[in-house]
Amino acid sequence: MNVTTNTRAQRMNFWEKLYLPEIAKGLALTFKTMFRPKLTRQYPEERWEPLGSYRGRPVLVLEEDGERCVACGLCSRVCPALAIEVQAAETDRDKERYPSKFEINMLRCIYCGLCEEVCPEEAIVMSKDYDIVFHSQEEAIFGKDKLLVPIARLQERLEFLRQYK
Amino acid sequence: MSSFVVTLIKGAIALNFALVIAAALVYLERRISAWMQYRIGPNRVGPFGLLQPLADVLKLYTKEDVVPYNANRAFHRLAPLISIAVALSILCVITPASYLLLEDGTKLFIAVAPNVNVGFLLILALTSIGVYGITLAGWSSNNKYSLMGGLRSSAQMISYELAMGLAAVAALMLSGSLDMNQIIASQANGRWNIWFQPLGFVIFLVASFAETNRAPFDLPEAEPELVGGYHTEYSGMKFGLFYLAEYANMFTASAVMTTLYLGGYDLPLVPQLLGVQEGTLPRVLLELATFFGKVSVLLFFFIWVRWTLPRFRYDQLMNLGWRVLLPLGLVNIIITGAIVFFVR
Repeated sequence: MNVTTNTRAQRMNFWEKLYLPEIAKGLALTFKTMFRPKLTRQYPEERWEPLGSYRGRPVLVLEEDGERCVACGLCSRVCPALAIEVQAAETDRDKERYPSKFEINMLRCIYCGLCEEVCPEEAIVMSKDYDIVFHSQEEAIFGKDKLLVPIARLQERLEFLRQYK
Repeated sequence: MSSFVVTLIKGAIALNFALVIAAALVYLERRISAWMQYRIGPNRVGPFGLLQPLADVLKLYTKEDVVPYNANRAFHRLAPLISIAVALSILCVITPASYLLLEDGTKLFIAVAPNVNVGFLLILALTSIGVYGITLAGWSSNNKYSLMGGLRSSAQMISYELAMGLAAVAALMLSGSLDMNQIIASQANGRWNIWFQPLGFVIFLVASFAETNRAPFDLPEAEPELVGGYHTEYSGMKFGLFYLAEYANMFTASAVMTTLYLGGYDLPLVPQLLGVQEGTLPRVLLELATFFGKVSVLLFFFIWVRWTLPRFRYDQLMNLGWRVLLPLGLVNIIITGAIVFFVR
């Protein structure tokens, strides 16, 4: 017979078996905790500032003379959730191509960052935005108006990519 | 004014006071539990979140009242009413202050039903009825988890009522009366029962945790195995009544413990130092403050314990009730009885 006799309950000494001193210890701990600093962040007022490595909402880089994107469509091809739709058009600028339509369905996006990884122009990058809300499905499809973000606000991410990508 | 009208007025005050206390306790419970977990707790509704209970009640009132299919409608409706009615009716014998001497020489007792010579028995009897509310709620819901919760609750209450009664008997032997006023009077000037009955106090305290279904004895509503326990199938203000009854029970249990063990409204030396005569308004206010001070210490202890200790297992609960507290209660009675018999 495989009987274990040296159980935890048998190794407890008298005071431990009495419960009350141990309960008092526990009570002392919770009482001390009451006066410790709180960990709660008061969210809408106090916001968390993510680091450069954070993968938030994907955005398009907007330079002084227009968007960086050349509408090659690689991001759209690589997107595992099929969230990106790109339509290319011609332009008079040196790049010759630009996206006439660039839409990301934020209900489909899984924030994997593959679009950013595959982009040859560093034109689509993951931003720090994490409070993404909408009231309808139509609203969830972000067009160029919402996607284009000035390059100055994306410096941290671009530096991170240059260092680790 | 006839004494009937006076009693009605006192009753109305006591009821409203108890409901406000219960609401405040819900807020305090959430706030204190938050502090004990490095959190802040509700602080958005009103100053310091003080209006949170009001918002909760508003929410409960606007909720749909769902009654499960095949539930026994009459009992389903009756159960929360029993719970809250019993919890509040205990208040009638609670004595938060002695009396006010009126100009014509009559005494206005502060308790709703003063000088009930079976006061304490009444409390024990009423708390026993409280279990019907919970058991009926579990049974009438047509839900096996609710039924389990109700059954657990009745088994637990019966087990711990014995220990509670035995502990109370020892304390009552010292007081020599069941009248709440007499119990407090016998403990005057700091001769509180807790000094002579430390064991009895611990037993009574543990038993009242079980009686009020509070952690670590909240098995009737053990979420992991019973979903929500006896009130799983209740929604809206019916659920709110159960919730309110739990906190009202906590308040009455604290008030009873204060009366029986902590000397009620007695505060040694201070009235003599301040020179306030018995029966005057300042004395009554002082007594009220003393009583509710002691009660709030106990209430804080209730909340404190809930957020410290894990829940007992069912067999542990029964073990503790029948094999630890009951024999200890009996030993306590015998020792107390011997001392009372030979010393006095």
